[in-house]
Amino acid sequence: MKKLLVKGGRVIDPANNLDEHLDLLIADGKIAQIGKQLEDKEAQIIDARELIVAPGFIDMHCHLREPGREDEETIESGCRAAAAGGFTSVACMPNTNPPNDSQSVTEFILKQATQKGLVNVYPIGAATKGILGEELAEIGELKETGIVAVSDDGHPIYSSNLMRKALEYAGMFNLPVIDHCEDRELSAYGVMNEGYYSTLLGLPGIPAAAEEIMVARNIILSSLTNGQLHIAHLSTKGSVELLRWAKEHGLRVTAEVTPHHFTLTDKEVCTYDTNTKMNPPLRTAEDVEFILQGIKDGTIDVIASDHAPHRGDEKNVEYADAPFGIVGLETAVPLALDRLVTKGEISLSRMIAMFTVNPATILKLERGTLSPGAAADVTLLNLSEVVKIDVNSFQSKSRNSPFHGWDLKGRAVLTIVGGNVVWSSKPIT
Amino acid sequence: MPLNRKDLLGIEPLSVEEVNLILDTAKAFKEVSTRDIKKVPTLRGKTIINLFFEPSTRTRTSFEIAGKRLSADILNISASTSSVVKGETLIDTARNLEAMYPDIIIIRHSRAGAPQLLANICRASVINAGDGAHEHPTQALLDAFTIRENKGQIKGLKVAIIGDILHSRVARSNIHLLTKLGAEVRIAGPATYIPVEIEKLGVKVFHHIDAALEGCDVVMMLRIQRERQDKSYLPSLREYFNLFGLTPERLKRAKKDVIIMHPGPLNRGVEISSEVADGPYSVILEQVTNGVAVRMAVLYLLMGGKYEEVVS
Repeated sequence: MKKLLVKGGRVIDPANNLDEHLDLLIADGKIAQIGKQLEDKEAQIIDARELIVAPGFIDMHCHLREPGREDEETIESGCRAAAAGGFTSVACMPNTNPPNDSQSVTEFILKQATQKGLVNVYPIGAATKGILGEELAEIGELKETGIVAVSDDGHPIYSSNLMRKALEYAGMFNLPVIDHCEDRELSAYGVMNEGYYSTLLGLPGIPAAAEEIMVARNIILSSLTNGQLHIAHLSTKGSVELLRWAKEHGLRVTAEVTPHHFTLTDKEVCTYDTNTKMNPPLRTAEDVEFILQGIKDGTIDVIASDHAPHRGDEKNVEYADAPFGIVGLETAVPLALDRLVTKGEISLSRMIAMFTVNPATILKLERGTLSPGAAADVTLLNLSEVVKIDVNSFQSKSRNSPFHGWDLKGRAVLTIVGGNVVWSSKPIT
Repeated sequence: MPLNRKDLLGIEPLSVEEVNLILDTAKAFKEVSTRDIKKVPTLRGKTIINLFFEPSTRTRTSFEIAGKRLSADILNISASTSSVVKGETLIDTARNLEAMYPDIIIIRHSRAGAPQLLANICRASVINAGDGAHEHPTQALLDAFTIRENKGQIKGLKVAIIGDILHSRVARSNIHLLTKLGAEVRIAGPATYIPVEIEKLGVKVFHHIDAALEGCDVVMMLRIQRERQDKSYLPSLREYFNLFGLTPERLKRAKKDVIIMHPGPLNRGVEISSEVADGPYSVILEQVTNGVAVRMAVLYLLMGGKYEEVVS
């Protein structure tokens, strides 16, 4: 297998507290050596001067739509979008059709990923059969087949009893339970955040309380069971405060935030553009402030895309009738760099941790670091390049993004998975 | 002065000057409806489509009569007889209608923002005839016209809007319009029917009708549609009438020359007693009459008509 020598870059590996200009030698799909002035005559040289060399980014929350909605995304196209966005690993949600609640679906996803996927794919199994929230899925068997977490994805586990059991049962297999926190009775027919703008626009609102009630319940159940809870895409001030409380009390609770929830507010809905419709909805400026604070002080662990591809014609309807969700794999890294690092909210190292060692730790993946011997998954970043987001150049099959036309500073320029360059924004010499 | 807009999607984006232009033009058109021959040739050769996805008597008929009195060719499409029942999307319906070169499409739809969606893709002017709980601009304009006729001006008046504010597009459009023109707007209704942060639109919120009525110049009653809603909003219509129904007794708190308005259809005995609806203070049927004049003005102005030409 060929060798790669990544030369002259600023290597940032938060897992090893490393931030200096070093060379990186990759051989046999592993990080072989890391140090100053490395030479290797057989290795292909990658000039990383002016670039950041980071462990491969991990997106722990995306929807690859296969099996079932291959018109929106496939494992192949989703992996290509991931690679183009700087991700070397993705964890895909089980809300496929059929849902990933059985060994055969997990096997199918892994087979497709092996045959056609540019990046590592980690399936998340359904917590309950059919993601119906009635009885537990065969989590033991799913774990054996290769899932890294359980979740009912967009279908919050409504019964507190079943959520308790899921935390207890998944705990036997050292699997986190990821929950989309939403009290569906409270959110009812809501299509956007409940607040001034929902009143102005006459659209039914989803109150922040619908999320916070379930965040609070889940934290309490995590405390009861000592189960590992991961809160998907938190979006409100109250959720951040609850999470901070849970962490202060030493509970096994982590959380992720999406780039759109730290970038946009519900004011964006004023155009009735359905690319501003997602669940949880875009919240208020105050919520965004608290989320940024939670990112800064380490309360929030992970940035995840919640990549949710939808076909254009299904999105191009009356606001209330459009499906929730936007694509995110190809905008997550530029948004995090532009909004968090360039604007000085957090250090680059902290941002990289939120995409690498943190999700790897939660999902117990042996990735997310550049330690010698680790899998050679590497993401190269250019902090000064301004990228104009153009949905028509996306590798994803879908185009549903509110960021079309945005200029963002910073992007991933080269993606290495298992020692192979799977994506490069420019031809490599 | 012309109205430099392709569409009329709501009151919120309009300037005070634009509102006054429409109201002044409507005043000039009102006389047409009282003639023996109720027709002027102003919009001859223009095609107007009334595209109604929700039931309507007043608004649809009013637009149709307005169009006909301006000599436009106007036709009606209702959801039950359209391709919507075959699963056609709004966008596709609009594109097909566009292909027949209409000049104006008037849309009523149960979803907030549907007229915006249409306006984004249509060359034709789009008029919002009510979209979900968002806006119903021509209703607010005809209400303002009626208030102006009765009170001379709107500035400084105390106006109470009472009922289900949460689901009401009429309330929203009226709040925008009346606050723009300088009225003091009060809203009142059960707490379950008051949308969050509505105060930011410049209104005062009341949960007791008596306090809201105190010293009012204008009272607008809204329809309660409990049969179409989830039952968690109200215990019963009986209790609603007891707490918020407009009766002659309660009306005594308002000014002596108060006017009572209602966008219709009325639920007698629910939000308003028959004595009030049919009583001396009611201008409910004047509203309907004025609706035609206001809609003639809107159609005329959107087609590039100038106020000065109507007056002369």
